[in-house]
Formats: sequence, structure tokens, C-alpha cells
Amino acid sequence: MMGSKPELNPIVASSVRSSRHRLVARGRWAGWLYVLPALVMYALFVLWPLLTSVEYSLYSWNGIDAGRWVGLENYWSVLTDSELILPIVHSFELVFFFTVIPVCLGLVAAALIRGFSEGGFGAVARTILFLPQVAPLVAAGIAWKWAYSETGIVNQLLSAVGLGSLTRPWLADFGTALPAVGFIGAWVLLGFCTVLLLTGMSKIDPALYEAARIDGSGPIQEFRFITVPSLIGEIGVCVTVSMIAALSSFDIIYISTYGGPGRVTMVPGVLIYRLAFDERKVGLASAMAVILMILVVGCVLVVQRVMKGENS
Amino acid sequence: MFRRYFAVVASAVMILSMLVACSGPSGPGTNQPAQTSAAGPVSTALPTGKVTLNMYIETGFPLPQKLADEFTRQHPNVTFNIRQDQFQVITENGPREMAGPNPPDLIRLPQVVGPAKSGLLLNLDPYYKAYGWDKWSQSLLDQMRVGTDGIRGHGSLYGLGIGYDVTGVFYNKKLAAQIGMKSPPTTIDEFNALLAKAKAAGLLPIMQFNDIGGVNFPYQALANQFEDPATLADWIYNKPGATINTPGTVKAAQYIAQWGKAGYFSKDVNSLDYTTMMGRFEKGQGVFMFNGDWESANLDKAMPGNVGFFLFPPEKAGGRSVAMSAPASYVIPARAKNAAEMVYFLNWVHTNEAARKIIVEENGASPGGPSDLPLPPIPAGTVLSQTLAATNQLAKSGVAIDFFANATPGIYANAFRPELQLLVAGKETPEGFVQNIQKSYQQELKQ
Repeated sequence: MMGSKPELNPIVASSVRSSRHRLVARGRWAGWLYVLPALVMYALFVLWPLLTSVEYSLYSWNGIDAGRWVGLENYWSVLTDSELILPIVHSFELVFFFTVIPVCLGLVAAALIRGFSEGGFGAVARTILFLPQVAPLVAAGIAWKWAYSETGIVNQLLSAVGLGSLTRPWLADFGTALPAVGFIGAWVLLGFCTVLLLTGMSKIDPALYEAARIDGSGPIQEFRFITVPSLIGEIGVCVTVSMIAALSSFDIIYISTYGGPGRVTMVPGVLIYRLAFDERKVGLASAMAVILMILVVGCVLVVQRVMKGENS
Repeated sequence: MFRRYFAVVASAVMILSMLVACSGPSGPGTNQPAQTSAAGPVSTALPTGKVTLNMYIETGFPLPQKLADEFTRQHPNVTFNIRQDQFQVITENGPREMAGPNPPDLIRLPQVVGPAKSGLLLNLDPYYKAYGWDKWSQSLLDQMRVGTDGIRGHGSLYGLGIGYDVTGVFYNKKLAAQIGMKSPPTTIDEFNALLAKAKAAGLLPIMQFNDIGGVNFPYQALANQFEDPATLADWIYNKPGATINTPGTVKAAQYIAQWGKAGYFSKDVNSLDYTTMMGRFEKGQGVFMFNGDWESANLDKAMPGNVGFFLFPPEKAGGRSVAMSAPASYVIPARAKNAAEMVYFLNWVHTNEAARKIIVEENGASPGGPSDLPLPPIPAGTVLSQTLAATNQLAKSGVAIDFFANATPGIYANAFRPELQLLVAGKETPEGFVQNIQKSYQQELKQ
């Protein structure tokens, strides 16, 4: 009998097949029914605006009068006008502050907090680090604007420790405005990364650390060879989320600098807003938005692929 | 892996292009109604039944609210429903509010050209005749006229001011005395010398906000003197071929660059906001401040007896004064439900004694209206009396010019704001500054 398929009575076989088919079919429709409410909301508030943005991007439209079909002209403008390209460059510079710093510092902070996880100190540290994530970004932007001002806390601290020569209006200085804005982002995202990485760390088998210690490894080696490799999945999430935050940043910049001084902190998010609502070039703004979306999706795909590769 | 992504992306693109194709060649915005124009006789009487007028006004400027209260006191059957937003928010939302199904009856709007061309504004010409506004100062009304060619300054009337403002230079009297200023400067050179003296005395010569381009106040004050005001007005009114790239405007930019380099503005000028500027000036931290008469009443309260005002001086002594002076412009949407009542209110604002008193005392602005109506009395020695005198002087022998910022909806945010920040910081040449403003202007008008 080995190697030969068991034969069923043809009538029985067909009835089994059709009832299984019915079950599968019913299951499939039930599945759709479950996701329907979410799907409707998603289609209405994400897909539909997305589609209309794509449509608008092909018109020259001021938001009121009838639009004029211009094909891909708006895309051509975005890709050839240096004033429109520069904000995209800035947003990639922000990736360093929004992604690299929070993920690196978050790893260190999580490893340190983990050491105190039993006591109250760990909970306090976690809460403090996570607070910026809870505060509205607009409020954070205003608070930081004051902190960075000529008489703000940053300059007061510098003067207090004898670094008075470094004081400056941080957001008004052409050289420091972008890093200053970047640090606000780092401050916001550090808590998120730390908490996520801490959660990941709690899943690492303690036996691994024990074994490493028996083999004579120190805390730095443990961190490098056990902690970091075990957290690749969480690091991937941190990098993805913070990168999206950097590339599509809006609120922090809008509140703290509105793209200034000059245009050194102008990012696509603020530019899209300005084009659409100040200049009433809805088509151009939509083209910029579509390009930004493609860029973000592209970057996220690359990150996902790299992280998957690391994981396997 | 990537093949799957490719399939997803490809199908998404296909669906998108199908949908775009389905939406047809009509495109966005084609379902707007055609322009409505007021035709036939209009009513100049206030109805006796109950009416609620909806106003959409600027946060921080309570003048229309106070006028509305007074109006309701005089006409109890008319009440007001007032919504407030930041100035920038109104500028951004105004046109869409007016295009929507329930527009307000009155809206604070600085730019009239675009909305007038789109047919969103009530044409006030019939009311102009019915109410006899031809007896009012016409130069003030001209700023709110738009021709069928889309050029401002002529054509039909689309708005009125609630208060007509003038701008110039406020100064701290104590600090001015300290640097030997006995009377306001009569030439730009004299003003320049005072700035140098203030700097040498360790004072901040000019307290000016520039986080959003407030240095445009001194910049345009200079340009108004160095360039023919008619050339500048053509530019602001979008006349074909108009340019701001002229020797006079470059010279004005040279002054601003030099003032920036000499440290005449505060060190944090590019992040200094309007409110902080006012606070610092009131505390006596700067000698001069370029601003408008809307602050007169506030300044009289905050630094009584210690604040003065003058129109920016001409290049040569005895020359005519040229200053930015514009109405705080209000428009009535074409689809407003209570348009006639709203026009009645606007006419009342210009002609009623109590209303004119409120405008002068609360806002420090000229109430406009019939030229032969007297102004309410103002205590001598206040800065309010000085700004009102300046408005009169300008009306009699000077030239009033609108703000550069009102030339196009985007020119301020897109060009003046960043370019002035660069100019003050010495990161842009005066020539480059003017060229970039002009380039941005042409690009915006091209659409």
C-alpha cells in the first residue's frame, strides 16, 4: 500500500470535497466580515485621501476654482526645483537625530535600566524616559523653543558651567538650527525606543547571560554578543518607526522654526503644508506628498530587508 | 520577496491610474457655482426682525467684538456670533470657508485678489452708490478694489476696513533722550546716525521680530523712500511686468544687511517672535521698534508718557512721507446669508460716532469714513495722538502704500520670511535678496 493513495468512494469523495469547499468559502467570507469595519475606516480615511492626493497631483489647482490638468508637470517641478528638493535632504539629515541617536542611546539606557528592573528606580527611569512620548508634540515644541532661546535654560546651563562663549540663540543660528531641532526629535523618540527595547530584553533567556558569565565574559561583551543580536526585531521596529517620524516630521519643525532661519530646517511636511495652504498650490503640494510617501515606503522596505537579513 | 512587493506596488499603481482616469477630465473644484454678482437695487435699511450675524475674526484683536457689542446695544434685534482664529489660520482657511455651504457673514481677510477672481466675495459696488461712499477717502478704498484683469487698485469694491492703520517707528523716550534725540529724525541719514549712537551707548538700536519676517517693516520703510511708490504699488497690485528688482529696493536691502552686520537688531532677531518683541520693548530693552498704530493704545498703557511715534523719514529733509498704511480689511462672502445687514454694520462702523470712538480709542487706528466727520478727541501727549496725527499727515501730504506681504498669498512665507532672515544674518547679498523675492513672485503668479 505504501506509495499508493487511498481511494475513496467517488460519491463520498465529491461530497467531502464540496462540503470542505463550502466551509473554506464560508470561512473566507466570515474573515472579510470581521475586517470590514476596520477596512471601511481605512478606505475612507487613508486610501481615499491617498487616491485624491494622487489625483490632485496631476492638476494645477488652487483649492477653489476648477483645476487644470497638467499631467506630470508638478512632479517634474518637485524633482528639478532646488528649493523643493532641499527639504528632502534635510529630512534625511534628521534621520541621524531621530533614528541613530534614540536607537543607540535607547539600547544603552535599556541595558542600564534592566539592571535596576527590580527596584523602584527602574520604573521611575522608564516613566521619565517615556514622558516625552506622552506629551503633545506641539507643547514639546513650544517648551523647547523657550529652552533654546537666547535667555533659555540651555544657555543658562552653559553659562553656569563656564561655557558662556558657546551660548547662542540655537534655533536662530544657521549652523545649529537643524541639529537643535533634531535633538527635540531624539528626546521624543528616546523613550519609545527604550521601552520597546526593554520589553524585548525581558524575553531574552537569562540562561544565555549565565552561560556567558561562566565563560568569563564581561557586561560589554554580554551586551554586544547577546543583548543586541537578540533584539534585532525590536531594533528593526525602532528604526522603522523613528525613520518614518524623521522623514515625515511636521509638528516639531512647524512650531519651533517653521523651516527657518532662511530655509535650513525646511522639511517636506512643512513645505507641503505651506504650498497647499499658504500658496494654494494644492497640485504641487500633492505631488510633493506622493513623492514623500514613495520615499518613506522605499526606505522602510530597505530597512525591513536589511533587518530580515540580519535576523536570519 | 521583492517580487511580491513589486506585484503589490504594480497593482496599486494600476488601481490608482484607473481611478484617476475614472474621475475624468473634470478634475477637482469643477462643481463650484458660478460667480454671483449683486444686481439691481440693494437695501440700506436694517430689518426689524431678529438677526444673528456670523463673523470670523482674528484672535488678539477684539475691536470687531467691541463694535458688535455696541451695535447690539443700539439695535437689540441684531446679535453676533463670533468665531476667532489666528491671523495665519484665517488666511489659510478663509477662501475655503467662503466656498463652503455655510460661509460667515463677515471675514477678516488680507488678500482679496484670489477670492475675488474665484467669485467668493460680495461685490460692494451697488452698496457704494446706495450708501454714498463716494464721499469717503477714496485712496483707502482703492486698496480693496479688484479689476476684471485680476489687478488690484481699480475695478469693483470687494471689502472695507474696520480701522485704517498706519505704520512707522515707535521709540522709547527715555532711551532716545539718552542718545541725544531731541526730535524725530527728518532724514534717513539722521536716523542712521541715531542707530549708531544707540549702539555705541550699549543700547539695542532696533527691537524687531524676525521669526516670521518682521524685518519687512524696516525693509519696506526704507524701500518706500528709495523707490518710486508707484513702482512698488504696481508690484503689490500684480500689474503685468511689475518688478521689485530695482536700484531703490536693492539700496534698501543694503541698509538692512548693514544694520544686521552692525548688530543693530537683537542677536536672536531670527527667532524673536512678535509677543516677545512687544514685551522687551515695553520693558525698555530697545530704542526703536518698527510697528503699526494697532499697538498705540497698548503702549500708552504699558509705558505711559515714555513712548513716541514718527513716520519713517524721507531720504532728503522736507520730502513727502511715504508709509505702509492699509485697512484692516474685512470682506463679505458672496454666499453670505445676511449680506445686506453686514454691509449696514460696516457702514455704521465708518459713520456712527460711538463706533468711530471705539475704533480710535481701542485700536489707535483711523476710522475712515466721510472726510468731513470729525475724529473723537484724544488726550495730548499720548502715542495714540501721535499715530492719529501721522495718519492725517499721510492723508494730506503723503503717500499711503500697502504691505509687500499682501502682494500674493505666498510671498511672505515663501520669500520674505526666509530671505529676510538670510539678509539680516549676512548670508544673502542685497542683490540676491531682491532677485529671489522677484523670482518667487513670478513663480507664484505664473500658476
